[in-house]
Amino acid sequence: MFKPEYQNIFTQVQVHGPADLGVDVETGIWERGEKTWTSYWMGKIGDAQIGPLYLGSLGVASIMCGATWFVMVGLNMLAQVGWDPVEFIRQLFWLSLDPPAPKYGLSFPPMAEGGWYLLSSMFLLVSVLLWWARVYTRAKAHGMGTHVAWAFASAIWLFLVLGLIRPLLMGSWSEAVPYGIFSHLDWTSAFSIRYGNLFYNPFHMLSIAFLYGSALLFAMHAGTILAVSRYGGEREIEQIVDRGTASERAALFWRWTMGFNATMESIHRWAFWFAIFTTLTGGIGILLTGTVVDNWYLWGVKHGIAPPYPDVFGGTVDPMN
Amino acid sequence: MKYILLVAIPYVFVLGLAAISDVETPPIDSEQVGFRGTGMVQMTNPRIAAKLEDANQPPDEFGPVEPGGDLAKDIYENVQVLGDLTDDEFNHFMLGVTTWVSPEEGCGYCHNEENLASDEKYTKVVARRMMQMTRTINNEWSDHVGATGVNCYSCHRGNHVPEYVWTDENYHPEANKGFAASRNDQNLAVDVNGHTSLPYNAMADLLTSPDPQIRVQSNLALPTRQGGQSLQTTESTYSLMINMSEGLGVNCNYCHNSRAFGDWSQSSDKRVTAFHGINMVQELNATYLDPLASELPENRLGPNGDAPKAMCMTCHQGVNKPMYGWEALNDHPKALVAQ
Repeated sequence: MFKPEYQNIFTQVQVHGPADLGVDVETGIWERGEKTWTSYWMGKIGDAQIGPLYLGSLGVASIMCGATWFVMVGLNMLAQVGWDPVEFIRQLFWLSLDPPAPKYGLSFPPMAEGGWYLLSSMFLLVSVLLWWARVYTRAKAHGMGTHVAWAFASAIWLFLVLGLIRPLLMGSWSEAVPYGIFSHLDWTSAFSIRYGNLFYNPFHMLSIAFLYGSALLFAMHAGTILAVSRYGGEREIEQIVDRGTASERAALFWRWTMGFNATMESIHRWAFWFAIFTTLTGGIGILLTGTVVDNWYLWGVKHGIAPPYPDVFGGTVDPMN
Repeated sequence: MKYILLVAIPYVFVLGLAAISDVETPPIDSEQVGFRGTGMVQMTNPRIAAKLEDANQPPDEFGPVEPGGDLAKDIYENVQVLGDLTDDEFNHFMLGVTTWVSPEEGCGYCHNEENLASDEKYTKVVARRMMQMTRTINNEWSDHVGATGVNCYSCHRGNHVPEYVWTDENYHPEANKGFAASRNDQNLAVDVNGHTSLPYNAMADLLTSPDPQIRVQSNLALPTRQGGQSLQTTESTYSLMINMSEGLGVNCNYCHNSRAFGDWSQSSDKRVTAFHGINMVQELNATYLDPLASELPENRLGPNGDAPKAMCMTCHQGVNKPMYGWEALNDHPKALVAQ
């Protein structure tokens, strides 16, 4: 069974010292809070110290817009069950705030027929963009690179394509994704069916490859670092500057198992670009769907991607021909 | 021990979710129905299949009738459909109808037993229309029903109204009033949409109108100026297909190759039969069932005042061939087929 000294996500040792207030950084019109406290349960999965917090103007505005979107969606769902809280919980996964019908095109529909969807979408869009600006300015204020902001921007690109750019190009808000648990999944499925099977979309293929690749890289990297943490390997920055046996062992392990090893620094570039390319290529794939390709399967046939199979059904013919 | 309990919590949670949901437990039988490696496989849960088999047993047969004798139209009054049957055939068929549709009430469910010729009961008027409908199915829709044909029992199974019919539904009427976003006739788990959030009134558009828009995929790789079908139309078709799949107890790839749903050349021949089935149900609903709203009493109508209508499930009841291909025309062939 587990040895007592072995550390997993449930058995980390928590050492509590004086609160770490961090380096002095420039803030906007808002002062950074000074209050900190510790949480035993947060300590189980990360640093036990919570705070000091700094929301700033961008953060406050973003949360207000995001909350407005959330409440608009939630109240519309609640209205859809006649304001019955029990039915709201029971039907929650099925409930949805749907985009307007195709007949409205890019015009603003009546509130009950998609108006709430468009209005709430505007708040969601502003909220996400403000949060991106916050991530960017905070990184600058900390004297960091802006890598996190650009990775986030890649996800926002996919979000913008789905909800804004592609509907504009298609000339109809009805192409946007509904806000609901099952309804957005049904939308995804219907989207692939309507446009002739997204699996034949090369950018969808790339996106999947980067998504699965991200998971693989994450597992390889995390596994490697945990495996050498007994030699101080989880202090990755120190290992980059002053390579110790943790880094040597990890590198040799991979050279022996697959003939090649990433470095303590480059593995993070691998992970960063794999993550970015997942949503970047995914967004391109969605953008091309319906705008320049109407049936991905037939496109695949045309370009030699989709192989023909032997006709085992004896030539079924469309009865309408 | 403490750690094992902690690790066990997520597993117990997931298994608990599975236990209260629709998840079916293994083993599931699979049968290859297309080219190897293409995922053309039919999945069957043998435990559900056994229950379906019990629920879909054909009724006892009535046996043949002695030929000859006077015709019903010469003996009885007000025989509008079955007049060319002989007296024996006529009474034999009436026995069949009673057994199949009103086994408990008997003749009195449709007839005034003091005056059998009277049309005063609405059930008799409806039954006459149903006989005409049955003849239409058996004469004009052999593309779908083959030589097997149908009779009253195919759908009624001993019930006055077949168990699986649909009407235009109006769930949560309060939800579609006022300023708040409409539910768009979807986002509600009901049987007809297979408990998805897909439209639940798709059949009102796709199984009654004479020219429904079921085909949503483009036949060209690239878009055209005319534009194609919307995602909303696609979801309606999707809902209809889920409904068919549930009604027939089959997967999508019983008919389709799921890599190219619209491509006929990769579809099984079952899809042609299903195509004629959809057209047949459209005609039956538009010509025979929907117009019955004026004859039926209010308690037989849907919440929006329309008559109960047919879908695949009405006759198939979870089986790809109703009652496993029972020959429905063995008894009373003349009553069921004659023009």
